[in-house]
Amino acid sequence: MAGKRRQRRRAGCQREKLAAADPAAGSVSATSRKVVAALVAVVAVLLTVVAVLRAAVAALRSAVAALRGKVAALADPAGLLRRTLSRPPPGPFRPGTWRSPLRGQWLTSLLGLVLLVGLTILAVTGLLSYAAYNPRLPGNDETRGAPLLKFYLFSWPTHPSWLYRVDQGIHITLGLALVPFVLAKLWSVLPKLFTWPPVRSAAQALERLSLIMIVGGVLFEFATGILDIQNYYVFPFSFYTAHLYGAWVFIAGLVTHVTLKFPHMLAGLRSRSLRRELRTPLSETRPEEPDPAGLRAPSPAAPTISRRGLLAGVGGASVTLVALAVGQSIGGWTRRTALFAPRGLSATGAFPVNRTAASIGLTSADVGDSYRLTLIGTRTVTLTREQILALPQHTAELPIACVEGWSYAASWTGVRLADLARLAGIADPGIAQIESIQPKGSFRAAALSAAQVSDPQSLLALRVNGADLPRDHGYPARTIIPNAPGVHNTKWVNKITFLENA
Amino acid sequence: MTAVIGWVRRWYGANPLHLLALLAAFALAGYAVHAVVAAGQWRGFAVWFLVAIVGHDLLLFPLYSLADLSVRRLLPQRATGTNDRQAGQDGAGLRRVSAGMAPSQGPPVINYVRVPAAFSLLLLLVWFPLILGLSSAEYHRASDLSTSPYLWRWLAVTGAMFTVSAVSYALRLRRASSQGRRARAPAAPGR
Repeated sequence: MAGKRRQRRRAGCQREKLAAADPAAGSVSATSRKVVAALVAVVAVLLTVVAVLRAAVAALRSAVAALRGKVAALADPAGLLRRTLSRPPPGPFRPGTWRSPLRGQWLTSLLGLVLLVGLTILAVTGLLSYAAYNPRLPGNDETRGAPLLKFYLFSWPTHPSWLYRVDQGIHITLGLALVPFVLAKLWSVLPKLFTWPPVRSAAQALERLSLIMIVGGVLFEFATGILDIQNYYVFPFSFYTAHLYGAWVFIAGLVTHVTLKFPHMLAGLRSRSLRRELRTPLSETRPEEPDPAGLRAPSPAAPTISRRGLLAGVGGASVTLVALAVGQSIGGWTRRTALFAPRGLSATGAFPVNRTAASIGLTSADVGDSYRLTLIGTRTVTLTREQILALPQHTAELPIACVEGWSYAASWTGVRLADLARLAGIADPGIAQIESIQPKGSFRAAALSAAQVSDPQSLLALRVNGADLPRDHGYPARTIIPNAPGVHNTKWVNKITFLENA
Repeated sequence: MTAVIGWVRRWYGANPLHLLALLAAFALAGYAVHAVVAAGQWRGFAVWFLVAIVGHDLLLFPLYSLADLSVRRLLPQRATGTNDRQAGQDGAGLRRVSAGMAPSQGPPVINYVRVPAAFSLLLLLVWFPLILGLSSAEYHRASDLSTSPYLWRWLAVTGAMFTVSAVSYALRLRRASSQGRRARAPAAPGR
């Protein structure tokens, strides 16, 4: 259009030039030529104006349309949001960022199955460990509150005497064993954290929110537990309170997650054969099939490790952690294999200590000749260590097991608690309160149940493994109760209050 | 009934039972947290819960991913190191290597670095308070022991794992090269 216009204008100019160059032409023809030229000029100007106007109108129209679109979008915020959300921001929100060829529903399901079994055992052994403290007895509960969550509590038995040792050994060792599986499982589902759009429906929003319970819960429980067994008390809360109630938050998350994902896990497990995967080398490793949950990368890279290689790595790491720690719970010669355990291989001998005499400020005067044991029942009796030694002595082979996972089996010699109760005038003992010289601090006292006081193996021990108790193990006298948590075997005992069985 | 379920489905986005299960879970968790609130410890509890998530998802995971990526970039994709850039970028090249179609060039070295490094870092992740002596005072008060052996044990175990890995890589390399020689041998007289 513009080109034509230019042509016409040029044509007009040429005619004018021609007219000027032809002086032989008459004045009439000169006038008519001028008229024609003027007409052409007018037409050209008109055409130009029309064209400019047309372009302006078109531009205005499109501007109005765009503005109208924007106004319409403003009037339809959901639509605007939808359009914005449909394009994920760069980085991890773009599915193409995630390229591992091993992620997929089968791998996630397999790791999920291991954790389903493992974490369930971990939760049960942990709750049992809490029950072992007989928290319903006065002063024993480290975690006040939430009575409904203590529905399962029962009087902790004294037999079998290895129950607490095994329970707590499993809790700590299995916890260590599951660390690589937890990390691998979180790795396998991590792209889901960056799903775009972040929320599709109320149901999905609520489900994502519930993941705080399971992911936060598992990491919180593992972190607090692992730090606690190393005496690294950096957390701004009581370990017992936080670890117990954190566990309940985690259990809430776990039960929901399993309820919602169990069918997906079964489908995932069925999608591949474990046996075949274990026979598949790197060269044959192919990405999994795309799954509805979108766990598989949309454009997987070439694998650098086989699926069996990854599983062997996770399992091997788990075995390594266990192998370097479990000796502290089994004891005997295996203790020397426990390179990475708080009470494993040690320079000071095999019998581990928890709370040294020095740490509670115990002096020689406290445990020397001035030491007296006070028994309170229907009458009060005060005994020197020699007088206790003169009472009938009994020997019990009992393990002492710490909540931190280590345990040690020993031969304890001393007086039966039931005999001491009779001495204080209590024939049928009920609960008893054991107190230590230790002036303050947790577990300076413990309440024992009637069953614990009456058990013939429950001793006020004076000797261990045929020698006097070392001071760090409670000299002059300590209690040893079959199947009780380590901290309920009170050291440096100087006062026992017996109650009649109600 | 079906109308109600349909209505919930439309507005909620899932089966009403889904909502019920989640509400039950939130109620249980809320009750447990209430006990922490009553104990006056909820602030630290909440912070640690969130820091645990953020610490793993936005710190630990990116760090180990980055470490793995860097090691992969730094290491030659093949033992001989020839043409490794291309093999790394071109998936087919990698697959060719791993398929053993070029046995003379040996197996990829990456997993012989990855495995001991991952095991060593995992030990550090779990036992860092003892290894780095962060809890030495409390640990000594409790056990009458020192945390000092743990650092040496960690270094020793790390060294042992890398050594075992290096030896097994060397053995595999030798096996691969002898296989390669055998594979090439019949072709030699023809040339």
